[in-house]
Amino acid sequence: MAKEAYDVNQMPKKNPLSLQIDLRKFEKATDEEKVQAEVMSESTSFFRDGMRKLRKNPLAMFSIIVLILIILMIIIVPIVVPYSYSDIITVNGKRDKSATNMAPFTYSRMEQQYIDEGGKVFPHIMGTDELGRDYFVRVAYGTRISLLVGVFASIIVLIIGVLYGSIAGYFGGKVDLIMMRFVDVIYSLPDLLMIILLSVVLNEVLKFNGNGILARLGTNMISLFIVFGLLYWVGMARLVRGQILTIKQNEYVLAARVSGAKSPRIIRRHILPNCIGVIIISAALQIPSAIFTESFLSFISLGVKAPMPSLGSLASAARSGITTYTYKLVFPALMIGLITLAFNLLGDGLRDAFDPKLRR
Amino acid sequence: MDMNYKPNPENLVEVNDLKMYFPVKTGMFSRTPLKAVDGVSFAIRPGETLGLVGESGCGKTTVGRALIRLYKPTDGDVFFDGKRVDDKSISSLRKDMQMVFQDPYSSLNPRMTVEDIIGEPLDVHQLYKNKADRREQILNLMELVGLNAEHATRYAHEFSGGQRQRIGIARALATNPRFIVCDEAVSALDVSIQAQVINMFEDLQHKLGVAYLFIAHDLLVVHHISSRIAVMYLGKMVETADADELNANPVHPYTTSLLSAVPYPDPKIAKTSRRIILEGDVPSPLHMPSGCPFRTRCKLATDHCAQEMPALTDRGNGHMVACWNK
Repeated sequence: MAKEAYDVNQMPKKNPLSLQIDLRKFEKATDEEKVQAEVMSESTSFFRDGMRKLRKNPLAMFSIIVLILIILMIIIVPIVVPYSYSDIITVNGKRDKSATNMAPFTYSRMEQQYIDEGGKVFPHIMGTDELGRDYFVRVAYGTRISLLVGVFASIIVLIIGVLYGSIAGYFGGKVDLIMMRFVDVIYSLPDLLMIILLSVVLNEVLKFNGNGILARLGTNMISLFIVFGLLYWVGMARLVRGQILTIKQNEYVLAARVSGAKSPRIIRRHILPNCIGVIIISAALQIPSAIFTESFLSFISLGVKAPMPSLGSLASAARSGITTYTYKLVFPALMIGLITLAFNLLGDGLRDAFDPKLRR
Repeated sequence: MDMNYKPNPENLVEVNDLKMYFPVKTGMFSRTPLKAVDGVSFAIRPGETLGLVGESGCGKTTVGRALIRLYKPTDGDVFFDGKRVDDKSISSLRKDMQMVFQDPYSSLNPRMTVEDIIGEPLDVHQLYKNKADRREQILNLMELVGLNAEHATRYAHEFSGGQRQRIGIARALATNPRFIVCDEAVSALDVSIQAQVINMFEDLQHKLGVAYLFIAHDLLVVHHISSRIAVMYLGKMVETADADELNANPVHPYTTSLLSAVPYPDPKIAKTSRRIILEGDVPSPLHMPSGCPFRTRCKLATDHCAQEMPALTDRGNGHMVACWNK
């Protein structure tokens, strides 16, 4: 470009009556000034930008803290508290049959006697249940089981849903049509009926012996996982398909195809990174719903096998003595409430921070 | 497809009777073909620029995309360097044919750094020996399109529209192609940035000898950059000529009206020029008028126009016009 053309002295003289700006008043920018105009803000990646937004959200941060405390609790409590979730309290090597249905922070006659003799007894923070087991440890174990079910179920849903949805969405056309009609069929099955039927059938088919984690969880839990794997992925599959259908329309996907990229590369490099935020958010929201389902099933005694506690079965057991021993219902119900609320608030916070539609 | 068609060896790109129909649902079971492109032929020589103009929805973009095989054409032949472009040959030709997109905002992946965006064609075709070589090639490309090397690790959303378009151009140049389709590559930019980008396109052509198919709706821009211009209306080519010839002596009534609508920055010329305002709307490509598609809006239309579509005929010096009026 001819730089001399912009010489100030060669600019046309301004007509005094004209409303135009006098070009002679302008000065050519030096190279240094031009560079200054190009200075840009600190480079931020999508992830870092989202995390910054998340940190500003007090509700989400509070939920993270609550969840961390709960996780610490379920790890530390069984180590620190000297009682087991399945055994009746023993005092000085003897079973304490009087220590049933105690209120929080009280001691039974045998324990009181032992303390008076100079022995030490760990306090029953949440009291004991009707068989004389420490309730605090049972609630901690129950939370552990419930969280485990929630996380595992949402991982199963995540894997199946993302694979199915991305295949249907990416290839589109007839493939999409057939795959999505299959999803519609599954969507219309009554899930609770399926869980009840499956646990009855699986009880006969699967017979777990020994002490493995599967045997301890019981067939009801296994059938719950299987039902999640069979039924609950459809919501995720629909979501992922919808996301991929919109992302596929973007010109950067066309550009990748012009560059010669093949489908696996396009899905891996272009499509999944752009919908991973939405996927993670809905997986986070899947956890409380799985916990809820598990609690509900345990409540109608289709959940974990005794003596293993879960929050739902604890609440169910507490139902009979609700007027006299209210605390036995309050503690597990409070835990369920806290966990679901924290995950829901965290999911909302994640959505606000990472949803591309709310950006710009 | 005409398997016997022999392309001219002097042409880099040759398109013969390209047709692209999209099925559109018109009822529960009935489908009507939407004739987005209906029998278009043209040729581009090495290092030449062909400008393709026409109003929105006339099939310009579809021509570009079918040419580069983002769409599978319904019918017709596309040749690149004498080789027929089909599903088999396209993967080996991808390196030589690239595309610059219209929207600099949606054509760059928001989750990738500039380095990875420009490096993607290099990755796909394995055009580097090691990481350092890849980085050097990317930095060279960035310099070529006027981007600072320090921008390599940034994300696309941190750039302005003009800079983003430069990134898109650098990506198209990465494989050292011989032909680039510029699909409204400057339409989304404001005028001063348009000038920068267009001058850059010209510089690159001088330096690298690439041929362009320059799709746009701005006749001034197209005239500036193209050696030849083709005018499209409703999926059909109505006039092609050398850029200056078309500008000076437009023959087809559609071209005349398009040219009369061009705003001239010189008020003296603007005063003397008379605008030809077309009446009516563009007919739906689903219900094409019989014969010449332009006849519904053409002042010179006769009964003959309704009966038969005029073919492109040479009016001297390679000025091809599809019109019954002599």
